[in-house]
Amino acid sequence: MAGSRAQASLGVGRVHRARLFWQSTVGKKIVMSVTGLIMVGFVLLHMIGNLQLFESAARLNAYSHFLHHTINELLWLVRIVLLVSVVLHIVAAAQLTRIDRAARPVGYRKQDRQAATVASRSMRWGGVAIALFVIFHLLHLTTGTIQPVPYAPGDVYANVVGGFRVWWVTLIYVLAMIALGLHIFHGAWSSIRTLGVSRPRPEPTRRPVATLLAVVLWAGFSIVPLAVFFGWVR
Amino acid sequence: MKFTLHVWRQAGPTAAGAFSTYEATDISGDMSFLEMMDAVNESLIERGEQPVAFDHDCREGICGMCGMMINGIAHGPMRATATCQLFMRHFTDGDAIYIEPWRARAFPVIKDLVVDRSAFDRVIAAGGYITAPTGGARDANTILVSKSDADDAMDAAACIGCGACVAACPNGSASLFAGAKIAHLGVLPQGQAERRQRVLRMIAQMDEEAFGGCTWHGECHEACPKAISLDVIARMNGDYLRALWTTHEEKQEQGAG
Repeated sequence: MAGSRAQASLGVGRVHRARLFWQSTVGKKIVMSVTGLIMVGFVLLHMIGNLQLFESAARLNAYSHFLHHTINELLWLVRIVLLVSVVLHIVAAAQLTRIDRAARPVGYRKQDRQAATVASRSMRWGGVAIALFVIFHLLHLTTGTIQPVPYAPGDVYANVVGGFRVWWVTLIYVLAMIALGLHIFHGAWSSIRTLGVSRPRPEPTRRPVATLLAVVLWAGFSIVPLAVFFGWVR
Repeated sequence: MKFTLHVWRQAGPTAAGAFSTYEATDISGDMSFLEMMDAVNESLIERGEQPVAFDHDCREGICGMCGMMINGIAHGPMRATATCQLFMRHFTDGDAIYIEPWRARAFPVIKDLVVDRSAFDRVIAAGGYITAPTGGARDANTILVSKSDADDAMDAAACIGCGACVAACPNGSASLFAGAKIAHLGVLPQGQAERRQRVLRMIAQMDEEAFGGCTWHGECHEACPKAISLDVIARMNGDYLRALWTTHEEKQEQGAG
């Protein structure tokens, strides 16, 4: 009897605690950092996948076939995890933005930032830009709804090379990758800290790993549209 | 030296405020910022005007009472310096200086540059203490504390609760303050028993007071007169995550029955 009551109260405690977690600003930040790191892992794999373009058309298309047919169930699992991550990341970001704005109803006449970087200050609008880009990207290369050139289902190489010969498509991708690089430069570094992991150092905002990650992702993604546009890949 | 001051004047909590411009003349470079304000106030009193209200107490950089936004930087342009320890020689003769109160919903203006920081007191009251009586002074080293822990606790305990972190944070977050209070107890043996409840309750109170969240701009550390490290925020988050996995809080509140 006593045991079952203890178990019941433990159950209530868990629900209660999950609610407290989501209601607190720290809890929401932790949700943002975990979902953000999941997405960083995804974009890293995505980038490595893309680079097969430089080997051959057959290699890239075979990789696409592998993803869509050989491991189709796994692909859907990944898509679901990503969709949940994106939704949680955006909802938490929107709610935190509202809380943060409300925390300073009257602003300063003069404000001289001492430490904030372009990356840290552009997280919110940069995030919106990346979200809009992801929608465009899915409509362009996943569903083929936006067709700068006629869309060939299954022929990833043709779609990529055809699309990036169009200047405005390449421009959108290149700009979006700058936003992504900045977002990761700040996000990859800060998410680890939000999870409570930090090694005290004399320069607290130095971030060699996040910098490397941001540069590699920015360059690794941008090289594809640029290589096509400038005719290095035909 | 001579300065043109643009000072936020606000008669009371609900009054509308505005900037007033004053000329500070015959200022010595060896005057502190607050002494310069005193000189301006004396001339205001002589002219029969209301002096500018501002908080101050020890004027030696350790009490945390003073603090104002000086040209858009909390506590002014010198790093790790409270307003009272800022000297006019750090400015250029003829400078225009904007002086504003801390701006945060949790820190309502009382008058001019004075804000109500009792939100900080309530965050402390939520868990920034050790319940057990510490007893009489013990022999040295009966409780062993490593040098690095003692250093971390001391660095965090240097927080004077001035509110510059909140004022400088683009989000109006009190994370550096709460992190410092949580860290300075949490790294010592005496602070372990209540470590989990402390972090849960202080964070809940911090949110209750309508402070914003941390987005790691690092502005708080730059503004802090004690240069408290951002690491205290990471430590707070780590403690929070660990506290969530345990059932301590519920057991306490439901009692033994």
